[in-house]
Amino acid sequence: MTKEKKTLNLNFGPQHPAAHGVLRLILELDGELVEKADPHIGLLHRGTEKLIEHKTYTQALPYFDRLDYVAPMNQEHAFALATEKLLKIDVPIRAQFLRVIFCEVGRILSHLLNVTTQALDVGALTPSLWGFEERETLMTFYERASGSRLHANYFRTGGVHQDVPKNLLDDIGKFCDKFPKIIDDLENLLTDNRIFKQRNIQIGIVTKEEAIAHSFSGVMLRGSGIAWDLRKSQPYECYEDLDFKIPVGKNGDCYDRYLCRMEEMRESVKIIKQCLKKIPIGPIKNIDNKISPPKKEELKQSMEALIHHFKLFTEGYRVPKGEIYSAVEAPKGEFGVYLISDGSNRPYRCKIRAPGFSHLQAMDYIIKGHMLADVPAVLGSMDIVFGEVDR
Amino acid sequence: MNLIDLNKLINSELTSKIIKSSINNDEILINVSVENLYSTLLFLKTDENCKFKQLIDIVGVDYPNSEDRFKIYYLLLSHEKNLRVKVVINFNLELKIPSIVKLFPSANWMEREVFDMYGIKFKNHPDMRRILTDYGFVGHPLRKDFPLTGFNEVRYSEKDKKVIYEQVKLEQDYRNFDFESPWEGTKYIEEANKKVKKND
Repeated sequence: MTKEKKTLNLNFGPQHPAAHGVLRLILELDGELVEKADPHIGLLHRGTEKLIEHKTYTQALPYFDRLDYVAPMNQEHAFALATEKLLKIDVPIRAQFLRVIFCEVGRILSHLLNVTTQALDVGALTPSLWGFEERETLMTFYERASGSRLHANYFRTGGVHQDVPKNLLDDIGKFCDKFPKIIDDLENLLTDNRIFKQRNIQIGIVTKEEAIAHSFSGVMLRGSGIAWDLRKSQPYECYEDLDFKIPVGKNGDCYDRYLCRMEEMRESVKIIKQCLKKIPIGPIKNIDNKISPPKKEELKQSMEALIHHFKLFTEGYRVPKGEIYSAVEAPKGEFGVYLISDGSNRPYRCKIRAPGFSHLQAMDYIIKGHMLADVPAVLGSMDIVFGEVDR
Repeated sequence: MNLIDLNKLINSELTSKIIKSSINNDEILINVSVENLYSTLLFLKTDENCKFKQLIDIVGVDYPNSEDRFKIYYLLLSHEKNLRVKVVINFNLELKIPSIVKLFPSANWMEREVFDMYGIKFKNHPDMRRILTDYGFVGHPLRKDFPLTGFNEVRYSEKDKKVIYEQVKLEQDYRNFDFESPWEGTKYIEEANKKVKKND
């Protein structure tokens, strides 16, 4: 007698809370075992790249907030660096430090969300409540610097939009003093938690070779034991002068990736503290008024400033012909911008390299042979945000 | 090993295969023909001195006015050597591009995206479907002749009780401002500076 094998097709999402957004995952199940996963993405596709081709460089920047919307400024950073390289302009030291501070704030924002929601996916509610409270504080810092909690639009080509208000840096310093305690609390809840460990250890293992072959970056790569971080290996801004460590995992499973994220938050706090100590007083954007707009008060006094202002906000600045790839270590991995300029005031092509895109692609390879209940755990540890995957 | 050494190495090892290689903005760009694409990438991946084992991205670009309309950039990264390299092919639409999924498994979705956005077809791709656009979408949105507003829009129809597709209706035409003014950015400042230096 032959037994006929019957597989069950299951539609996971697109409206599933554990999918962390709009992911439609078509799973082929044999009993509870996943045999094949076919992610359907693009449900949040907004055509960012096409829109950017029709906007000036200044107008293109806010689109980057809307990619990975849990760490907006890290994305802006990649675009700002790309245009700066093409324009061959420098960024004042104070602006560099401000950028690094807010990028690390973004990293904490993203990791906090990821770690706590991953815990939520496997059944722990408390961490997310604690974590979101801290996220709220961090977003207030964003708001005080840029005027908005999420879509900051704070970085500019050649610097940042405006200097931080009084006391903001002190308040960030105070936050840094008390935040490690919060990480301890979260670790207290999760790291030795029996259920959390059972759901994550030995789940979604990625080997070193596979991690490279599947274009993994960020924590997904480091969790598998490859010490690679763009802040160290190809340093940009002032990361070279800062002292921090790169946590690296051993087994490449979901649990190691969780541990890496926890450790990275501590390192981020360290980086911010060093920046706060080192940050000098000075200009916060390039002084060339052909690129960065003049101060508001000058507009009332100087004809030249008025003309610059008018030209910058209608025509924008022109970027010399050329092609550049610039990448930053975003919380999720290597976030890159491939910018092609034809010498006009708009990018000819702006390709966005989102880390989540490659990570999600490997879903089929990672989840094969796992149980259905492991799908949310793996998905959570990949740190997928659909804003950047779908672009 | 730095960029210049790498450029020399590539030029000596791949002389017959590449059309041109150049260093611009601290990045190496290798021009190859479509036939030699696979072997070039294979060399870059496996050679002891290169080890470009990670494919970072595949970028399609559309130049509607040039003879060979499309370009595809392959961005590679070598963790061991801490170097990046770009490989570019230039071709027109009739050509089918060899898929590199066998070489880099992560190329699968990237090639699907290029197909989706530009309509470029790949040979021997295991799963050639659209990826980012809607089910049943017509056209290739990142081509330069595709309008920004698109052709169709969706809305919920109270009558049919479902989401329906309609032709795009714009209350106001899309305004594309032409800024090609005689102002040429910061160039004249540079020239003025040069003159000052010369006079010194």
